[in-house]
Amino acid sequence: MIDRDTVLHVATLSRLELRDDEIEPMARELSAVLDHLETIGELDLEGVEPTAHVLAERSPLRADEPSPSLPREVALDQAPDASDDGFRVPSPQA
Amino acid sequence: MTAFEPVIGLEIHVQLATRTKMFCGCELVFGDPPNTHTCPVCLGMPGTLPVVNAEAIRLGLMIGEAFGGELAERLVFHRKSYFYPDLPKGYQISQFDEPLVSGGRLGDVGLERVHVEEDAAKLTHAGASGRIGGSTSSVVDYNRGGTPLAEIVTLPEIRSAEQASSWLRLLRETLRQLGVSDVNMEEGSLRCDANISIRPVGDTTLGTKTELKNMNSFRFIEQGINAEVARQIRVVESGERVQQETLHFDPRTGSITSLRSKEGSHDYRYFPEPDLPPVQVPAELLESARASIPELPLQRAERFRTELGLHEESARLLAFRRALGDYFEATVAAGGPEADRQQIANWIGNDLVRRLDAGEDTDPDPAESKVEPASLAELVALVGAKTINRKAGEKVLDVLVAEGGTPGPIVEREGLAAIGGGDELRPVVQAALDANPDAVEKLKTGNMKPIGAIVGHVMRETKGRADGGEVTRLTREILGL
Amino acid sequence: MTDPISLSVVDAAAALRRGELSQDELFTAYRDRAAADDTNSFTWLADDATTALGAREGLPGTDTPLAGVPLAVKDLFCITGVPTASASNLLRGYLPPYTATAIDRLQEAGATVLGKTNQDEFAMGSSNENSAFGPVLNPWDRTRVPGGSSGGSAAAVAAGLAPAAIGTDTGGSVRQPAALCGVVGLKPTYGSVSRYGMIAFASSLDQAGPITRNVADAALLFRQMTGPADRNDATSIGWAGDGGSGSASAIDLPTAVRLDGVRIGVPTDLLGEGIEPGVRASFDAALKLAESLGAEIVEVTLPHARHALSAYYLLAPAEASSNLARFDGVRYGNRADIGDGGLVELYTKTRHDGFGPEVKRRIMLGTYALSSGFYDAYYRRAQQVRTKIVEDFRAVHQDVHLIATPTSPTVAWGLGERTDDPIAMYQADVTTLPQSLAGVPAISIPCGLSDGLPVGLQLSGPAFAEQSLLDAAHALEGALGFDGTAAFDPARGAGAATPGSATTGGASR
Repeated sequence: MIDRDTVLHVATLSRLELRDDEIEPMARELSAVLDHLETIGELDLEGVEPTAHVLAERSPLRADEPSPSLPREVALDQAPDASDDGFRVPSPQA
Repeated sequence: MTAFEPVIGLEIHVQLATRTKMFCGCELVFGDPPNTHTCPVCLGMPGTLPVVNAEAIRLGLMIGEAFGGELAERLVFHRKSYFYPDLPKGYQISQFDEPLVSGGRLGDVGLERVHVEEDAAKLTHAGASGRIGGSTSSVVDYNRGGTPLAEIVTLPEIRSAEQASSWLRLLRETLRQLGVSDVNMEEGSLRCDANISIRPVGDTTLGTKTELKNMNSFRFIEQGINAEVARQIRVVESGERVQQETLHFDPRTGSITSLRSKEGSHDYRYFPEPDLPPVQVPAELLESARASIPELPLQRAERFRTELGLHEESARLLAFRRALGDYFEATVAAGGPEADRQQIANWIGNDLVRRLDAGEDTDPDPAESKVEPASLAELVALVGAKTINRKAGEKVLDVLVAEGGTPGPIVEREGLAAIGGGDELRPVVQAALDANPDAVEKLKTGNMKPIGAIVGHVMRETKGRADGGEVTRLTREILGL
Repeated sequence: MTDPISLSVVDAAAALRRGELSQDELFTAYRDRAAADDTNSFTWLADDATTALGAREGLPGTDTPLAGVPLAVKDLFCITGVPTASASNLLRGYLPPYTATAIDRLQEAGATVLGKTNQDEFAMGSSNENSAFGPVLNPWDRTRVPGGSSGGSAAAVAAGLAPAAIGTDTGGSVRQPAALCGVVGLKPTYGSVSRYGMIAFASSLDQAGPITRNVADAALLFRQMTGPADRNDATSIGWAGDGGSGSASAIDLPTAVRLDGVRIGVPTDLLGEGIEPGVRASFDAALKLAESLGAEIVEVTLPHARHALSAYYLLAPAEASSNLARFDGVRYGNRADIGDGGLVELYTKTRHDGFGPEVKRRIMLGTYALSSGFYDAYYRRAQQVRTKIVEDFRAVHQDVHLIATPTSPTVAWGLGERTDDPIAMYQADVTTLPQSLAGVPAISIPCGLSDGLPVGLQLSGPAFAEQSLLDAAHALEGALGFDGTAAFDPARGAGAATPGSATTGGASR
C-alpha cells in the first residue's frame, strides 16, 4: 500500500510538485494499480534471467569521428531562458 | 590514548583522450566558447539516442590491461538518475554491476574497478564572487557534457595522505604514458575524490567513511585528507560518531564543509540503459587495446634498476617522470658504454631538475632546456675522471643551463680545471701545512679533525679547483701518516 | 477523374507517377479535408507540401516509391522546424532542429508531411483522452474514443483526412486505435524501424509503424521506414530479411489470396473473460474465414501472457520515468513561472504544470518500481516475466506460423467512460501487450463490426516475419471485404457499413 509519505518521497525523487489536494488521490490510484499488478508476485521466477532487451546482441559502436555540432544560436533557440552563450537556470544555492 | 590509522580509497575520474564525445560526434575542444560543441544528443533533446564511442572503450580497456585487471566480455550500461542542470537527460549513462574492468593493481594499491561513463556539463555560477553562494542565476555550458570518462576506484588500501598523493602521481604518469588522457588537473581532465575513514591501529574493520570531493591538486589532496583525518579523530575522541557524508575541502581556509544537498536523499535508481542493449566487447577492440600498451613507469623503473644498475630511488624518480626518463636514456646513450649511469641519474634527478624548476605540479622537461644530453654526459665524465671537481661541475652546469654549449670550452674559459695530480698540488699542500703548525701537531697524533683547515686553505689558494680527497692523501703522504 | 481521396497510398503513388494527379492536387485535397476536421485528429497542419520538408531540400520526384503522397505523422516524431510536443503542454511549441530517421526515410522515399496527429501525452494512454490538445473523437461515432495512444493517426486515416499515418506502438498504441477506428495498423519487429527522433515513452518497447486503409499500404510504408540499421540508434537492426535471415530482399507488396499451409495459433489464455461477445463473434467468424482460405487453426497456450499486463505496467513506466527526466525547462520546452524559486522549484513546478495526470501517475509508478528497496520486487521481477513471455512465444512458434487474437477486447467505448479508472483503461491493452514485450511483429486488420463499431483482428508472428504476416493479413483482408472508407463521410453514418457488403473491395483497394 502506498501511503502519503511514500507518495511524497517518490514525488521528490521524480521532481514532481504535488499540491495538497493531489497527494491522497495519487496515493489511492498508485495503490490500486500496484494492487492489480501484484499478480506478478504469484509466479515462481527462481533462477529466471531478467530480459532488459529482446534484441539479439550486436555491435553498435561508433567510430571516433567528429560530426558537426549545432550552431550555438540553434542550440539555445528553444531554451526558455538563455543568455548570450548559455542556458540560464536558478543558482543551485540560491 | 588510542592511536588511529586512516583508511583511504580514491575515486579518480579521468577524461579520456578521444576526439569526440562518449555518445555523440561532437568534437572535444577544451577552452572553446560555451555551447559551441553541442548537438541534439548531448543536449538531451527529445527522441535522441546515444551510440557508444568505440575509442572510449578501447582507452578504458587499455587502462584495465595496463593494471592487470579483468576485462569485461560484455559492454553493459546503466542509467544513474538525478536531477541537476549539468545533466541534460536527468540521468547519467554509466556502468553499474558489470564494469569494463574489475580488479587490477598499480604499485602499492589494488583497484576495485574501472568503468566508463559520460561527464557532466559545466555550471557557471554568475555573481561577483564567482563562488556558488550569493548569486541568483547560473549558466550551463554543455561543451563538456558527454565527455568520455573512466572512473578508477581503488581498494581502501591507502594509509596516509602522502601515500595517496604519491600514488596519484604514479597513476597520473602511468595514464599519461598510456596516452589515454591529458591528465591535466587544472583543466579537470583528472579529478580525485577520497573516501576516508579511521580506525584504531591494529583493528581490521572499516569505520564509517566520508567522501571528500574534487581536490584539484596534489597539495590539496594531501592537505584535505590530513584535515579530514584530523577532524575524524577529533570527532571520535570527543565520544561522537563519524557521519557518512560528502564533504568539501576549502584549501584557502583549510576547513571542511558538508555538501549536504537540500534535494533530499540520494536514490540513483540504477537500471539497465534500454537505449544501449548489452554487446560483446568487439575482439578487434580488445586486441588493439592490448597491442597499444607501452612500457609503463613501474616496468621502466625495474629496467633502470636491473639493466642500468640504478638505485631504487633514482630508478623510480626517472621512470615515473617520462621526460626525465627519456632524457636519462638519451644521456646514457650519448655517454657510451663507459658512462657512469648512476652519476648521470644523480646529475639529472638532482642538479638539473633543480635548475629547471617549473613550479608546482608541472614537471620540467630537460629536453626543452639548452642542455644537450651529450653535454651532460661529457660533464659527468669530466667529474668522474676528476678533470674537474664536483663544485666546478655544478658551475659548468649553470652555464650549460643558461647558455648551452659543451663543457670543454666552458671549463677552459672559466678556469675550472682541477689542479691535477701530486706535482702541481704538492707544493700548495706543503705551504698549507707550513702555515698551520697547530693543525699539523694534532694530525700527527692521529686526530684528523684539523684536516678541514688544511683543505680549506688549499681551496682558497686554488680557487676551489683542488680535489679534497687528493689534498687529504697528500697531507698523509707528507706527514708520513 | 477519380476522387483523389478515394485512392490508397499504393494507388495514389501510381497515379502521381503516371501524371494523372499532381502532388499539389493530392496534398490540397487532403489539406482541405483535414482543415475541416471535427475529430480533433491533428495538432498541426502544414500549409503546403513544402512546409515540413525536414532535412530534405525540396519536393520529392514522382519517380520515388511514394511519389509525393502526403502522410499524417504522430506528434511525437521530431521534424526539423515543425511543432513537436508529444501532445504535452510541457513541450507545446517546441521546434526540433532534427528529423526522426523513420520520417526522414519516408521523405527520402517521396512522402510529404500533411500534419502532426493528436495522441495521448507522451504516448501514455489507450483512448487519446490524455492529450494537451484535447481528446480525439472516433470517426465511426463521435461520442466514442478512437483508442490510443496513436488515436489521431488512426482517426485521421479512418476519416479520410490522410491517405495514411505514422504512429508508434509501445504496448498496442498502433494496433488498438487501428482496431477501434476500423483501419490497418502494423507494429513491426522491435529494432526494424529506427527510434531516433521519436520522443521516447519506453525505449525497450517503442516501435514506429504505419496506420493505413489496407494491408498493401502498410507493407509499402513499412518497406520505406525500415532498411539498413540506423547508425544513430544502437537498438536499430533495420530490415534483417524475412524471418531475420539477413537476406537483403526487401518487403514485397502482398498479393496472397489464400492461406494454404498457414498454421495459425489461437492462444486460449488470452480469450478468457473480458472479451466482449460481439468482438468474440467477429473474431470467430474471421477464423472460420481463414480456415476456408486454407489456414489451419490450432489452439495454443501462452501461459505467462496473462502476466504481461503487470510486467508491462511496471517496465514501461519505469523506463518512462527516466525518459521523461529530461523535461526540466532548461534547454527546451515550457518553464513554469517560479518567481524567486530555486532549482528545486524549477524542476518540480515545471513538471507539475507541464505534465498531465496520467503522465504523472506513470512517472510516479515507474520511479517507485525503480526505487531503492523495490527494484527487485517490481522492476527485476517484471523483467523476469518478460523472459518467460519471450520463451512462451518461441515455444508456440515451434508449432505455428502466426498467432491470432482480437486486437482489443472491446470496441470503441464512450468518451470519459474510463478516464477515472486507470485499471479499466490498462485492460484495453491486454491482448496487445504480450507481443510488445516479446518484441515480435503484429498487425491489426478490421474484421467486422459489432454494434456498428469496428472490430480488429490481430495477427502476430516471430521476429522479422513481417512478410508472412502481411501476406496472410492481405489474404484475409480480401476475403473480409471490410469497407475502409465507411467513416469518410460523417453524413453517411458509421452504421451504413456492414461487413462483407463491400465485395468490390471499396474504392480504397
